Parts: sequence; structure tokens; C-alpha cells
Amino acid sequence: MLNTLKGLGVTLRGALRPKVTAEYPKEHLPLDERFMGFPALTWDSARVEPFCTGCMVCVRYCPTQCMTAQMTDNPKFTEGVSHRKKIIESFEINLGRCILCGICVDVCNFDAIEMSHEHERSERLRNANRVDLPTLLEMGKTYQAKVGWKQAKSNAPSPNERETAKAAAKSAKALAGDGPESGDQTGAVDGGDQV
Amino acid sequence: MNGFGNVSGARGLTALSGSESPPSPGSEPGTVDMMVNMGPQHPATHGVFRMELRVDGERVLDLVPHIGYLHRGSEKLCEHELYSQIITLFDRLDYVSNFNNELVLVTAVEKLMSVEPPPRAELIRIIMCEFNRIASHLLFYGTFAIDMGAMTPVLYNFRDREKVQALFESVSGARMMHNYFRVGGVKQDVDADFAARALTLCDDLERGVDDSDRLLSENAIFIERTSGIGVISGEAALDWGLSGPVLRASGVPYDVRVEEPYSRYAELDFGVPVGSAGDCWDRFYVRILEARESIGIIRQAIALMEPGETMARVRQIARPPAGEVYAHCENPRGDLGVYIVSDGGERPYRLKVRPPSFCNLQALRDLTVGHYIADAVVILGTLDIVLGEVDR
Ligand code: SF4
Ligand code: SF4
Repeated sequence: MLNTLKGLGVTLRGALRPKVTAEYPKEHLPLDERFMGFPALTWDSARVEPFCTGCMVCVRYCPTQCMTAQMTDNPKFTEGVSHRKKIIESFEINLGRCILCGICVDVCNFDAIEMSHEHERSERLRNANRVDLPTLLEMGKTYQAKVGWKQAKSNAPSPNERETAKAAAKSAKALAGDGPESGDQTGAVDGGDQV
Repeated sequence: MNGFGNVSGARGLTALSGSESPPSPGSEPGTVDMMVNMGPQHPATHGVFRMELRVDGERVLDLVPHIGYLHRGSEKLCEHELYSQIITLFDRLDYVSNFNNELVLVTAVEKLMSVEPPPRAELIRIIMCEFNRIASHLLFYGTFAIDMGAMTPVLYNFRDREKVQALFESVSGARMMHNYFRVGGVKQDVDADFAARALTLCDDLERGVDDSDRLLSENAIFIERTSGIGVISGEAALDWGLSGPVLRASGVPYDVRVEEPYSRYAELDFGVPVGSAGDCWDRFYVRILEARESIGIIRQAIALMEPGETMARVRQIARPPAGEVYAHCENPRGDLGVYIVSDGGERPYRLKVRPPSFCNLQALRDLTVGHYIADAVVILGTLDIVLGEVDR
């Protein structure tokens, strides 16, 4: 008897607690920052191309072998606007096979793949959830915008930038070459000021 | 074929066909043992497990378990995967205590490679494993009550378990298949507010475990259904190779965390609850007490945490030297062991798992025979098997 009352007490208190669930399709609970959804490819907005070079490291380390990637020469490198000699041509992930383990993100050396927050991609057929490069990049862009994604290390200079930098250095040298002594003195004076 | 359903007395048939010779006076009326198939789609078998019961009325005369419906060949698969990829397979062995599974694998590989993970990483691992133990036990209280027809506890327990999984998600990025432990540490350090969140969660869980205790432990019907059911003595339990709460409920204080402390369990102070009767009630109550001990462990571990590295300096692709190693850890279900033979390559030559659920399941026949069919469900419930681990 006493125990029944005890049990009823628990039930009563339970009824008064706030609810923790949400009516899923209508309502969404907030996702955590570290939430691992499907992998997506990131977009380098500075170079206007994907980060991915198609090096296939992620493809080799994926435990379910659900990815394929094809590398190609980067035309932007020939034009001199990008530092990437090679770029991804086609990329496919079979999301129906992906187990969301995050190993691909760990092994990628170029920050090119991230576990996005995308998780609502159900399909009726077993093989219908294959996504191609544009979709992956789209997912990546959405994710980058959502979390304010920043690349870990900045891009290496592109050939054009290197040219400009070289030219700038040369002109600076040439300027300095006009009056080597005076230039040296200025440097010394500058240094003295700073001390 | 299986010796079941052997129609011993044909009395019923003769009676139907006109009854030329009525049974001679004085002889017992013959009875027919019935074969009842339970599972593999029975909700009380917690997965895909099948029991063949030979029953006499409501009494169980014999029981044959059938396993293998969830066999995925994990051990063989491991021979073809890198050590970092095997962690994902271990996540899927006992899928309600993923962190504990990951821990045993990384411990084994670290032992083989003589790698020492940084102290902070070890504490993070312990905290995660103990939270997972509580989550697993919460699931047990709920499903066990459902097995006996009590619907309420499972709702409360899932609510609390949900909070644990929310914490897991904020640490590892996944609610269940985490892939968070690494050979030599953990994937990522925890957030700055982790300690505060974990401590709040401890308070919540303490209340949750108390609720289950209040709802069930002293309930008259619950006691009626569980005490004196499925009794196994300590000696018999040891003979069967049982481990974990099932063994401790029979009064044997064996806990790998105490007997062979791994990770940093030696620095932590906690008790090992044991039962006395070895019946279903004890097996249930040991788990309630254990969850409380786990909460204590988490609080101590959080107090010990200091900022620092979370990953030792090891190659990303682990390549242990040739040799063999056995490591075992205390899982929520018992003593999970892994035996690895390495030939010096990036993949194990052979990997063998000692799954506690499988070993505990061996005692099922002995425990059940002589009880009612409804008790078979209760007894199976207290063994708390996970078929992902039994079948691998
Ligand atoms: S995502 Fe990274 S690892 Fe994979 S192919 Fe692209 S650059 Fe290589
Ligand atoms: S998350 Fe895992 S399974 Fe999915 S693509 Fe990456 S490596 Fe493969």
C-alpha cells in the first residue's frame, strides 16, 4: 500500500515535469555544434572552387567503401588564379552506405570534407541516396554558412599571387637599390625608433 | 527431429476416432508436452533471439536457445580493417554501451603498442563509459519492467537516457555510434562547459535512478514476480562463466575494474554491490546500486580532470608490433574481452571477442527450467543480453 503511494508520487511528479521530446517532423530540436550528419564537401569562396583535390585518401580509409572520387588538372592553376594543381572532377558518396563515422574528415589533409548537419535524406530505394559533387558542395555550403566555418590554415599563394609578390619584392628592391646607403640608414633609424 | 513435441500419449486421438478401447482403469491419463517457439520476433527477447520451450501446461520442461540471427561476421571483418576502422565495428557489438566497447579495443591495442594515453583522455574515457553504463542500466530497468507488464518506468527511463545521449552528442557528435576513442587518446577534447553539464546530468540521473527504485524495487507485484525466480548460486554462476551484474547478484564480488584495474580506475574509490540470493530481484537491484556507484565515479573523475593533451603522439594509422594481447574491461553486461594476434601489420591477424552477453546466456536453460513461461521472459530480461554482441 505504502509502496503504491510512493509509486504514484513518482508518476505525479513525472506529469508535472516539462516535456523533453518534440513532435518531430513539425518541430526540430536544436542540433549540437558537433553533431555529425552526412559528410559534405566544403567550398573555398576565396578561390571559387572546392577545397577537395581528389587525392582519394578519404576514399581509401572509408570503412564502408561508400565513396568514389576522380581527380583532374585544375584549369584555374593554368590560368594562375588558384594554387591547386589538381582538383576534384567527380565525387560520389552513397549515403545509404555511409555510417557517419567521421573517419573521412579525420584523414583529409585539405579541410575539404566535413560532417555537415544534414540528416534528412531518406530515400525509398537502397541505392537512391547516391549524391554527386554539386549536391555535396551544396550541403557543404549550407553547413559552412550555418556554423561560420573557418579553414584551419590559409591557402598557399596562387601562381599569379606569387608573381605579384615577386614583382612587388623586386620593385621594393629596385626602390631600395636607388640609394642603398640612405635606405640602410632609414632602416637603422626605423629600428632605433622601435626600440 | 529436435525431440520436442513427442506425442507420448495418443489418448486424445483415439478418443476422437471413436474410442474402441478406452484407457485401462488405473493408468494415468497421458499428457502431451507442447513445443512453444518464442522469438525471434518476440518483443520480450530484446532483439532477434529464439527460444524453443518444451512446456507441460505453463511449466517449462526444457529450453533450447537459438542464436545467430544477427550474425554479421564482425570478427572476420576485423581482419580486413585498419585498427581505426575496427572501432566502428566495436561500436556495433553491444549497441547500447558503445563507449565501453570502444574502450576495450583501444586498451588492447595500446597495450600491444605500449602507448600511454594522456591522463585527461583517460578521465574523459572513464566519464563517458560510466555515463554509458548508467544509460544502459536505465534501459534495462525500463525494458525489464515492460517484460512484466509495467509500462510507466520505461517512459521515465528513456527521458533520462535521452539526456545522457544529448551529452554524448555534444562530446562525440553522435548519439550512439560514436567512434570517439582513438588508439592513444580521444578524438577531440571536451567543451569548456562539459564539467558543469556532466555534474548537472549526474544530479538528474541520481533522481532518475531513485525514481526507478521507488517505482519498482518495493512494489508488491514486482517482488512477487522476481524474488525466488531464476536462482543461481555463486559457484554455479562461476562455473558457467557468468560475469557482470549477473554474477555479482549471486554474491561473487568480481569486477574487472577492481580486480585488474585498467585505465585510471585504481585512483577512484567505488564499491562493488553484490546480491545474496542470486534471483531476478537481486539481479535487478544490483544494477540500481551499480548505477549509483557510477554516478560517484563520474563525480570523482570530473574533480580529477586537469587541462592537458587528449591524444598521445602516435601514428594516425596504428601499426602494433607482432605479438598477441588480451585485454578485458567491465562492461554494463559483464566482462568484455578482446584477444588480438598481430603480425606487425596495420590490420590484426586474428581478433577474438569474449562477449559477456553470450557467456551469460549459457545459464539460461538452467535458470528457466521448472518455472512458468511468463518467468522465462523475466529471467531472460535479467540476463540483459544484447544480440549484437551475442551473434557478432
Ligand atoms: S575530401 Fe580530402 S581526402 Fe577526400 S579526396 Fe578530397 S582532398 Fe582528398
Ligand atoms: S563518414 Fe565514414 S562511412 Fe561515411 S563517407 Fe566518411 S568515412 Fe565513409
